[in-house]
Amino acid sequence: MSTEAVGVPLRDVHGPSALGGGWRRFFELLYLISVTEFKKTYFGTVLGYVWSLVRPLLLFSVLLFVFTKIFRIGSTVPNYPVMLLLNIVLYTFFQEATNTAVTSVVNQESVVRKTQFPRLVIPMATVLTSVFNLGMNLIAVVIFLLAYGVDPTWTWLFLPLIVLILFVLTSAMSLLLSSLYVRFRDIAIMWSVAAAALFYGSPILYPFDPAIVPDQYRAVMAINPLTPFFAQVRHWIIDPSAPTAVEAVGGWTHMIAPVAIFVAVCALGVWVFNREAPRVAEEL
Amino acid sequence: MARATPIDATTEAIEAAPAAPRVERSVAIEARGVHKTFRIPGHRIDSLKERVVHPLARVSYRDLHALRGVSFDVHHGEFFGIVGRNGSGKSTLLKILASIYRADAGRIRIAGRIAPFIELGVGFNADLTARENVVLNGVMMGLSQREARRRLDAVLEFAELEEFVDLKLKNYSSGMMVRLAFSGMIQSDADILLIDEVLAVGDAAFRQKCADVFHEMKGAGRTLVLVTHDMGSVQAYCDRAMLLDEGELRYIGDPEDTGREYLRMNFGGEGSGDRASVVPDLHTRLVDAWLEDRAGERVENVETGEPIRINAVLEASTELRSPSFGFLCTNADGVNVFQFERPLTTDKGQPDLLEPGQRVRISGIIDNPLAPGRYMVRCLVTRKRNPGDRALQGLRLLDFVVYGPNRGATVIRVRADVDAVPEEPGG
Repeated sequence: MSTEAVGVPLRDVHGPSALGGGWRRFFELLYLISVTEFKKTYFGTVLGYVWSLVRPLLLFSVLLFVFTKIFRIGSTVPNYPVMLLLNIVLYTFFQEATNTAVTSVVNQESVVRKTQFPRLVIPMATVLTSVFNLGMNLIAVVIFLLAYGVDPTWTWLFLPLIVLILFVLTSAMSLLLSSLYVRFRDIAIMWSVAAAALFYGSPILYPFDPAIVPDQYRAVMAINPLTPFFAQVRHWIIDPSAPTAVEAVGGWTHMIAPVAIFVAVCALGVWVFNREAPRVAEEL
Repeated sequence: MARATPIDATTEAIEAAPAAPRVERSVAIEARGVHKTFRIPGHRIDSLKERVVHPLARVSYRDLHALRGVSFDVHHGEFFGIVGRNGSGKSTLLKILASIYRADAGRIRIAGRIAPFIELGVGFNADLTARENVVLNGVMMGLSQREARRRLDAVLEFAELEEFVDLKLKNYSSGMMVRLAFSGMIQSDADILLIDEVLAVGDAAFRQKCADVFHEMKGAGRTLVLVTHDMGSVQAYCDRAMLLDEGELRYIGDPEDTGREYLRMNFGGEGSGDRASVVPDLHTRLVDAWLEDRAGERVENVETGEPIRINAVLEASTELRSPSFGFLCTNADGVNVFQFERPLTTDKGQPDLLEPGQRVRISGIIDNPLAPGRYMVRCLVTRKRNPGDRALQGLRLLDFVVYGPNRGATVIRVRADVDAVPEEPGG
């Protein structure tokens, strides 16, 4: 008889949740799923890694042409091409991760309806897979930076912090979107439009300089958490003489709004996902 | 026994036999007052547009009470059946036990790790290979990665899929998929297995394998919860069974008694048509049922056109006077394909009855005109000499598969001598 099983104590069953099953299982699953996904994208197609690099590079080439040869803003900005490339790689990560995450929970329907595991794994795995991609792309960017003749500074060491901040925001957005998508299917379309708007509305193609962004729009644009983010990225990596995030938005008081929004998005994402997680299997 | 009992008296309910004294074992699953209600929207607001267009439209919800306060215990080393009709809440209950749904109220406590097998799968990703899926699934069920990898070989070996380890699951046949999933669950070494309707599908060979595994696990003292609407498998494997109806616990106890209650519920009461004529009382118990091929070997499935012999051994629970035994064969669509009947053969001078406990073997051979497909054979026990008399009992005997090339969508296949001769014009 199962004498060993007899010794197991009874434990309450609370049903599915965002983290049900414990941290260990969460991290093991997260790692396993992201690595498998990553391998799939890299070894599943003939060109593998090349594809994940080609997309931002193509976009970069087109935009570089438009903004240095046609609109010519780029010509006035020091190190414009490297700034553009770095910004595009960072934003591509944000956009791709969130876009894949939106439908992730619904796409994993068969797993969600049949197994108990921390639901949080699903959107987080898509984000983590994109982080791997980002890491590969950043290596290419650093090579490009050096080749372009940008002098390495000690502030390059902040690169992991930059990735971390963006990772947190991306994760929060992914949690929010993926849980809402279960109920409202048009979230996916709305988000793809919103993400495109954010691409042009954030200082990605252009620096957040008074010479480029007119005064009357600066206050509004500074609410966007991505505005100080990209300003700081530029200061740390591309051009140490460029204004820091705080200087760019116009002082510490102007940092309150974007930081508050950043925190609010994170809190909202976690709260909504946590609230929806137990019911996901039923709503599908 | 009261031999003089008129046969009509036997149509009354038979009291449940006193349960055999059960050794008290520690509790593996404890459920107390489990409630679950699904809110079914009358008109589902699926998009924000609908929400914007009808901002004030209160969504009218219909509450579906899937479970209304269900309480039960499952002990360690026990095979526990949950039966009920479609929509009785049994699958919902299993999903709550498996932590896939959350109960609205009530308390569930479980000792140990659980491995669920729900809707014929364990949640595989079709884009991944068998190897990746098995490891992933193991981790989902709570194994560590190393353990999950170590078990991979055992899983594949049991599923007999070693050669397909690096094949993506989208290229698997559904049968291979079910085998892999079932094997993964068996090898997950969980303390408690939750299985939903596994025996309802799969080919005969797979079902035989399941049966072997169940017997093995039973011997090893594993705990298993089996959800099904097939009383046959419950009576074959389970120590105890629970009957759910409309989310409420109707009966819990011996599988035979639960089966009786289930039949009473299905065929008794306000049922219509010929079903109502089946009296649910348990007059006979199925001892064994099997198919034989031409050579007299037991077979699980047969090739079309090959003669088959259908055999059943029944045991009378009460005295049966002038019984007649018939086989009724139904195909997967529920169409009655054929039936035959035979009264009890008795020697001269012997009374035409079966004593309680006496067994009867029924055997019939057919030359099998059945088209390939799945078939179910039921045994109908009736009284002869009363044409159109009520059936005493319908017993599900066995399922089998007829295989062979499928030509056209007919139910049976007949030998025919066909001519197609052109007529002389103007003749």
